[in-house]
Formats: sequence, C-alpha cells, structure tokens
Amino acid sequence: MTHRFLLAAALGAALCGLPAVVHAQTPPVADTMAQRMLACTACHGKEGRATNAGYFPRIAGKPAGYLYQQLINFREGRRRNAAMAYLLDHLSDEYLREIAQHFATLDLPYPPAQTTGAPAAVLAQGARLVQRGDPARRIPACNACHGERMTGAQPAMPGLLGLPRDYLVAQLGAWQTGQRHAAAPDCMAAVAKQLTPEDVSAVATWLSSQPLPADPKPAAQVRQPLPLDCGSGIR
Amino acid sequence: MKRIAWGAAVLAVLLGLLAAAVAWLNLRDEDAVRPAAALPAADAATVARGAYLARAGNCIGCHTARGGAPYAGGRGVDTPFGTVYAPNLTPDPDTGLGRWSADEFWRALHNGRSRDGRLLYPAFPYPSFTLVTREDADAIFAFLRSLQPVRQPNRAHTLRFPYNLQVSLAVWRALYFRPARWQPEAGRSAEWNRGRYLVRGLGHCTACHSSRNVLGATRSDIELGGGLIPMQDWYAPSLAAAHEAGVADWQPEEVVALLKTGVSPRASVMGPMAEVVFRSTQHLHEHDLRAMAAYLKTLPPVPAEKEEPKYADSDTMRLGERLYQDHCASCHGERGEGAAGLYPPLAGNRAVTLVSPNNLVKAILHGGFAPATAGNPRPFGMPPYAQALNDREVAALATYVRQSWGHQASPVSALEVHRVR
Repeated sequence: MTHRFLLAAALGAALCGLPAVVHAQTPPVADTMAQRMLACTACHGKEGRATNAGYFPRIAGKPAGYLYQQLINFREGRRRNAAMAYLLDHLSDEYLREIAQHFATLDLPYPPAQTTGAPAAVLAQGARLVQRGDPARRIPACNACHGERMTGAQPAMPGLLGLPRDYLVAQLGAWQTGQRHAAAPDCMAAVAKQLTPEDVSAVATWLSSQPLPADPKPAAQVRQPLPLDCGSGIR
Repeated sequence: MKRIAWGAAVLAVLLGLLAAAVAWLNLRDEDAVRPAAALPAADAATVARGAYLARAGNCIGCHTARGGAPYAGGRGVDTPFGTVYAPNLTPDPDTGLGRWSADEFWRALHNGRSRDGRLLYPAFPYPSFTLVTREDADAIFAFLRSLQPVRQPNRAHTLRFPYNLQVSLAVWRALYFRPARWQPEAGRSAEWNRGRYLVRGLGHCTACHSSRNVLGATRSDIELGGGLIPMQDWYAPSLAAAHEAGVADWQPEEVVALLKTGVSPRASVMGPMAEVVFRSTQHLHEHDLRAMAAYLKTLPPVPAEKEEPKYADSDTMRLGERLYQDHCASCHGERGEGAAGLYPPLAGNRAVTLVSPNNLVKAILHGGFAPATAGNPRPFGMPPYAQALNDREVAALATYVRQSWGHQASPVSALEVHRVR
C-alpha cells in the first residue's frame, strides 16, 4: 500500500510538478515550420510578408515552384546573394521544397501599394509594357506570363505586385548584367536585355504603385503558349 | 683575385648542393610511374569502395564549383598567398584525369606531384593524403574514372610572386613536406587505427584543426591543436583540448551523432564544419565514425592556458543583456539554457567561450542552419543579425554571452566584430 502510494506520488510529481518546473525555466519553443524559418523571416518579414518599404521581397503566398527554384538558384549560384548562399549551402533539396511549400501556403493580407504620386507619363509607359509589351522590340507583355492580374500563376510563375520598387529595379538590372539567372532557357534574361533603363524604371514604378486585387492569389495555371521558351515558370 | 675566384667556386658548389638537396627532398619516396596503358578495368565493388572513400576525403567539397558539375573542379581555395583553383577530376581526356594512370594518381596523393611532374600546392592536402594507402588511392581513382567526363578546362591559380614559382614550392616542400606510409600503431586496436587513418589521412582534419605558420605549413607539434582557418576567419577548435572541442569525456555515440547528423546533445556544427558533415561525414558508416571517435578520444590532452579574466564594463553588459533578451532569449533561453533538441544551450557551450571569439561573432552576424542530414532533415535556423545590429551591439551581445552564467571569456571589441564582418 505504501509502495503504491509512493509510486503514485512519484508519478504525480513527474506528470505535474516536474514539467511545471521545466516550463518555468525553458521558454516554450514550438516544433513548427514557422519556428524553423526564423532565419528567413528576420529579413523577409514576419511570416515572410516583408513590407514593401524596404528592399527585401515578400515571399509569403508566392507559388511554391517559384520559391523552390529561387532557393536552388541561390544555393547553386545562379542568383548571387552572400547571405542567402550561406544560409542555404547545407540544406537538402527535400527541405528546400518543404520551405517553399511552407511560405507558398501562407495566405496573408498585403499592405497598400508603396509608390505614390509617380508622373503620369512614367505610369503610362509602365502600364503599356506590363499589359501590352512592345512587339516592335520583341518585348512580350509582363502579364502574358506573370498572370493576367500580375499576381503570378501556378505552379512557378511569380506575382510582381506588392514588391519594393528598388527590388524590382535591382532584379531586372541583375538579369541584364548576368548576376541573376533562371533555369535555361532563361527567357527572363532575354526580356530584361531588351529593356532600356527608362523601361526598367517605368515598369518597376507602375508595379510598385498597384494595389493587390481582392483575390491576390496566383492564377491556377499559366496561360499557354508562353510568348517565349522558358526553362522555369511552368515547372 | 684568385681568392675571389675560389670564393665564387665554393659558393657555386654550395648553392649546387643546396639545390640538389631541395630536389632530392622533393623526390623522396617516389615510385616509378607507368603510363596509363597499364590500367586494369575496375570492378563494381572497387568503384563503390572508391566512391565511399572519396566521400570520406570530401573530394567533392573543393573539386566542385558552386552550381557546377560534381568533381569537375573550379572552386577557388583562398589562401594568404592567393587563390588556388581545384582542378577537374572527371575522366575527360583533355581537361580532366582522362589520360592519367593509377601510378600518376598515386603520386599526386602520396607525393604531391602532378601528371606532368609539376609540384602541387598544399591547398590540396597531400600532407595528409600521403598517408592514404595505395589500395585506397587506386579505388578512389577507379571511382573517378567511372564518372561521366565533363569538359571543363582548369582555372589557373592566381598566386602572388614568389608563391607562384615552382622553385618556391620546392623549397617549401623541402622544409615542410615528408611523404609517409601508413603504419598501424602496434598495441592499439584495429578500430583505433582505422580512426587514426581516417582523421589523419583521408579525412585531412589537420588541414583546418591545426594552426599554420607564416608560410602556411600546419604545426605538427600539437596534434589537431586548433587553428584559425586562413582567409575565412573561422576558428577550427582544438580536437584535443577539453575546453575547446576535445571529446575525451564524450560518449562515442555522441561523437558519432555529431558527425552523422550535425547535432548532438553536447554540441552542434556550424560554418565550415557544417559543410564537412553535409558533404562527407554524414555519408560514412557508423563503424568508421565510431573508429574516428575512438581515436579522437585518445588525443593527448592540452591544458587551458590560465589567464586572468578581463571583465567588461557595466554599460557593455547592460547593452548586451538587453540585446540578448530582445533577440536571443526566446530560443536560447533566459539563462542560456537552450531548448532541448531544438536550440543549443549557450550556457556552458564551449563554442561561446573559445579564446577566439570569431565563431560566436560569425554565428551572430550570419546566423545559419545546421546541415540537413538524414538524422536531422529539418534543421532549425538562426537569423542573421548583420543587418539589424551594428559592430558595437554585436560586440556587446557577444561579450554578454561570454561573461554570463559563470563564463569568464574575454570581452569582444567592436573592432574584432568589424574584422570578421
């Protein structure tokens, strides 16, 4: 009887008392993907929804295929960013896929558009390139690939709204100078190299001044055929 | 006049003797080299063994450029003397090892000489590989021959004068390199000897975990005594010292877990060692890791140098504590106790209190993930603080961690942070 009582008391202590003591010392750390991804959200914003005020792009809600390819591109040096390369160097393809999936499934509100009060002529030039392109210079419309509403398309075409203007300018510049590559054939490099500095500025200004539509999710699929042969964006 | 002529003649003879000595020292223990025609076809078992040994030697780590074809070379190894580019090891006849014979490959590993007779730079760690057995060298060669040939010309090294000259390298080798044959140590178990072979030979742990002199030669007097990795500023801790990364009081399973998964109850890997675990040791058989543990546990211990602790001023400690509570405590605990299995404790963590604060500062600046391994496939990441905190703040935070919870490591200055940033 005494033994049984002692045993019960010990069990009770183990079940109630001891964990309480441990809790008092150890902050509760959740075994979740969000917790694992604190290394990402330090720059890309809480839950990956960086505001458009800084430089870092929002990653929450982008198509998983796109995010996965960018993670691979950073790791393999097709995109150059020392901090990204360092963080991704020793992560497996499987884990990168899970990371991409994690951020892709986040459905979070967007802040209002960043750029305001841009000159009408610049906005008009940007809108024209985004919606119609410039066939004479073999520049396809941005929304022929990036979704009718520029919110991207599944499985791997990124939306371009809600991004900082500086980031957009930097990416187009990186494509022009060979600092950023996509999987071959690199259609985006071909498009970027057709753009003048004024084009780049106008497109980035227009994109960063647009509010997100009521449904900001990527389109279910890419409109085929694509205007160019692309190695990424459809896989 | 006659005396000057005599003097010149004596000097010439002495120089000639010196040159002959350097030449002789460079050609010691070389076997006759047969051309590639004598190459026997390798069986599948040998190729598989070679693949495993190449993993153990982490050949792929240097001989693969970022995003490049495996083993096709092109990655630069930065040294204080310039950059050495790892060559193409695939069997392409013009740009790789396609025309090499097994004898020539052995000579590269064992003697540090290339197929064309050139002396190789010790960024290729032949001072360690010289211990690799002929049988293992042949198996690695058979594996490399089995790869898909990749046509990728080698990049020329960009070394400064006089380090770019073969004669400088010959002198260096005469001073610091001696070919050695693997000899199991009598009176030690087969397991211990296997561990020593992997650690000292193929695994070339000495390449990082030893200090180097001004000419880049590793010190041999303190075995695996730790050293600053040139150009990277990571400190590879001593594998012998109990206050650094020695494992004398670890269970062998803990050493195996660290090398197999990148994490263990006692420590986790970061920086260059994360790469070693990711590309090399996670793929090794448990019995080999156990052997490495058995050897590492017997390294002659190195006592800590007793220093009077210098204490940081209270302003620094207050700033450090505030930053710690804001940025670190939610994962590493209010008192540095960590979160079991998720985040390492900082209290009592040897990586925090190393004499060199570099690794701690780098961890704060760059954050990072433990390597994704089969045993730890979804590692937790630490955020980089290089953007959020300035040098003074990182220094205060590092100092706080190094002087809290009973730690008595030296304070870190903003200048030290600036140097590794």
